[in-house]
Amino acid sequence: MSHKVIGKSELRARVIDKVTGVQKYAHDRKIHGMLYAKLLRSEHARAKILSIDVSETLKLYGVVAVVRGEDIEKPMPRFGSVAQDQPLLADGEVKYHGEPVAAVVAQTYEIAEAALKTIKVEYAPQPSVCTVEEALNQDIPPVNGGESNVFRQFDFGWGDVEEAEKQSHYVLRDTYCYPMIFHFPIENYSCLAAPEDGGVVLYSPIQHPHLLRRVVADCLKLPFSKVRVIGEEIGGAFGGKGYAKAEPLAAYLALKLRTPVKIAMDMDEGFFMARRLAARVDITTGFDENAHITFQNIIADYLIGAYADAAPRVVQKAGYLSGGPYRTPHAKMIARAIHSNTVSSTAFRGFGMPQLVWAFEQQMNQAALHFGMDTLEIRRRNLPYKGETLVPGDIPVDGDWHEVLDKAAKLLDWGKKQKPGQGKSLAVGIKTGIPNSTSNAIVKLHSDGSVTVNAATAEMGQGARTVFAQIAAEKLCVPYQLVSVILSDTGAAPYDTSTAGSRSTVSMGTAVEKACEDVLLQVKELAADLAGMDIESIEVNEGVIRAGEREMTYSQLVQGTYGPNQGDIVGRGQFRGDNTKGHLLGGMADFYEFIIVGAAVTVDEKTGKIDVDKLVSASDIGKVMNHLQAKGQEEGGMIMGLGQAMMECMRYDPATGRLLNGNPLDYCVPTAMDISDEVAGVLIENADGPGPFGSKGMGEGPAIPVGPAVGGAVFDATGVMLRELPITSEKLFFALKDRDKNKSVS
Amino acid sequence: MLEYEKNIRFKVNNREYAVAVSADESLAFVLREKLGLTGTKITCEKGECGACTVLLDGRAVDSCLVLAPDIDGCEVLTIEGLADDKGLDALQEAFIEEGAVQCGFCTPGMIMSAKGLLLENPDPSEGQIKKALEGNLCRCTGYYSIVRAVRSAAKTIREQASEAK
Ligand code: FES
Ligand code: FES
Repeated sequence: MSHKVIGKSELRARVIDKVTGVQKYAHDRKIHGMLYAKLLRSEHARAKILSIDVSETLKLYGVVAVVRGEDIEKPMPRFGSVAQDQPLLADGEVKYHGEPVAAVVAQTYEIAEAALKTIKVEYAPQPSVCTVEEALNQDIPPVNGGESNVFRQFDFGWGDVEEAEKQSHYVLRDTYCYPMIFHFPIENYSCLAAPEDGGVVLYSPIQHPHLLRRVVADCLKLPFSKVRVIGEEIGGAFGGKGYAKAEPLAAYLALKLRTPVKIAMDMDEGFFMARRLAARVDITTGFDENAHITFQNIIADYLIGAYADAAPRVVQKAGYLSGGPYRTPHAKMIARAIHSNTVSSTAFRGFGMPQLVWAFEQQMNQAALHFGMDTLEIRRRNLPYKGETLVPGDIPVDGDWHEVLDKAAKLLDWGKKQKPGQGKSLAVGIKTGIPNSTSNAIVKLHSDGSVTVNAATAEMGQGARTVFAQIAAEKLCVPYQLVSVILSDTGAAPYDTSTAGSRSTVSMGTAVEKACEDVLLQVKELAADLAGMDIESIEVNEGVIRAGEREMTYSQLVQGTYGPNQGDIVGRGQFRGDNTKGHLLGGMADFYEFIIVGAAVTVDEKTGKIDVDKLVSASDIGKVMNHLQAKGQEEGGMIMGLGQAMMECMRYDPATGRLLNGNPLDYCVPTAMDISDEVAGVLIENADGPGPFGSKGMGEGPAIPVGPAVGGAVFDATGVMLRELPITSEKLFFALKDRDKNKSVS
Repeated sequence: MLEYEKNIRFKVNNREYAVAVSADESLAFVLREKLGLTGTKITCEKGECGACTVLLDGRAVDSCLVLAPDIDGCEVLTIEGLADDKGLDALQEAFIEEGAVQCGFCTPGMIMSAKGLLLENPDPSEGQIKKALEGNLCRCTGYYSIVRAVRSAAKTIREQASEAK
């Protein structure tokens, strides 16, 4: 089927605003009477708060209020999407370096910031934990009380791993580590709350407006209808802006002071907002004599930080798929969410999968060496075909993954001879969509024939706004330029689960598609009424309505029905994910997000310097909705992955538990100088997805397997297997030295 | 808190402004808070991210590091002043064409840095483009599309210049 709008590189919605400086973001928003709040943050990883002296602060010109934990009515209001565990402000104790202990509200940002320095806090520091090993050590009292720091444990599996191990020809056991990673959005965190109608309006760059509404309402004991979330255009989120951060406190302050309050963070404070879960993955993989996987036995310990945020969900969902992308007859997986005295962790592009993929793909690279086999071949042998079971009880493999593998290999010139120091590798990235989710959309056909879409998806650069406009334009046959998409206002848009898990094209896209179908049905009904004919005799084609001899435009129909310049036709559409009873995650996946990334590197053996010569990707995405945007997701995702592969890591001081590199100078992310010389990608379109026009989710994929692609390429070039990210030149330098020492010994 | 105030006059996007500034205010602050030109973004305020890049007398600078009293008599070009009655600047066009904009937060600074580069060097190599944009962080695009956009804009500008001759 040929499409007019879908699959074309239509102009990104609002891109003209973005290149001309017209686009407004959260930090540009002001409301009359607005006050600024700044937060005083704990210097300690863990401490009792003995006293907070604000007497000097209150005397300062321009300071309106100072609020400490002790000033808030008890029980302390707490918030969180999984557990209601985060206090508005520290309640007698702090649990991580950077935890807010007091808020200064002032007439200007600058006054509030300066006033923080006048607050005197007396702490009694306590022993803290900031690694998996420390957190599991029983000597230090658990972060949140109770028996241990293991907040949740999830057990999955099938078959008989013990028996399979006995039967296996080769068993490889190893441990791989993934560090804490900061999302590093270029737009800082901020939010603005204003009292209204006995409740509050919140302006926030938030990915999940309805979820934020629920969390704030629960925390402040308000009905949902009295919390309106207006999601701002987001300047980069990547999972970090999914869940409530300072919004409950902003809402509390606005209600208390009866005036709008803005909390604007500086960049360094972002490091205290959210991060990726660190993980230690203990994995045992068995193979038969032909290098077919016989079992996987995995314990994935995720370090989640002081409060739950969304981390337990990340651990559960990733743990569920920790058997990996390969045919696995027997599997046993344990995934644990472990508290620590570090900033809380949350969703981050890949939702817990990069940590696991790092482990099971490095296993494949090692196993290939054992079998004397090409690393492409061992993957080919183990990848399932379309229709095969991957996880028993869930959807079968829904794409041609072998086609993906072959195309990626081709892009990487697989088999071509390499010079000394060169190496290459492919790595598989996989995750599932969010199960049991809901999206609703409203599509309005106006009396002039133009169209507005209302949906609660957030636009954060991923391009959802553009894709929804394309879907509406295609379905209703109206020019793309005549469609506007208004997003993220819970006061206007119906319920949506989240902007996460690469779900929006499939889920909200389906809702938009169905809302358009609802509009078309009403068009026919109204035309039948107008013409005095049966609905069956009405045809709508290419935006033209035919009722017998009579032809009408949408505009003529709406105005013919409601009167000159009046009326809208309002369509509603809904997507519901699977909710199979008894399913461990609440329902089966909507799709698998499947990608292969390849890297070619050159290693300077003398210094350990690694040049990434080429990065490639091949993604099974069902249908490309917008070429330019899809390509942008692939390239951008790979470089985000490259940062995690080669440079990024939040470092905590083991002695004090303080974050050492929470600023943009010490925490390095890729710049234009760090990207590969060459990049190539292919998007595989077999129209076999559940979304509109056969689409599947995409966008997270490319960030998932870059670690093992680079790690595998380094292994190929040097024979050195690294087990802990990031792969820095320094690490490789010492590993090469070890390798040479061992060589000369043996 | 304020040490002193100074009245300064300077041009932004070809318009004359007279404002009172204090010693510790940055150009970025003046543009955003006093002139309402919020197209210039602020992220790190330390010269690390490039989000606040503008042209100061034709050269790309981090406006968060420029002290407001020092811009008396200067000419500033911000993202808001790049397009004119004839339409978008070639760089703006190229950023759209190449898909070099995602969330768009880095975009104003990125485009202004690129503008500074092309004013100095109308035919930069790929390496020179990467080097010139090294101080502008983008977390979305992976930079490839941005480099392509700058190359393509440079070509357009050169072609337009040679046609004009
Ligand atoms: S805000 Fe000026 S360089 Fe980052
Ligand atoms: S487009 Fe989002 S930071 Fe560059």
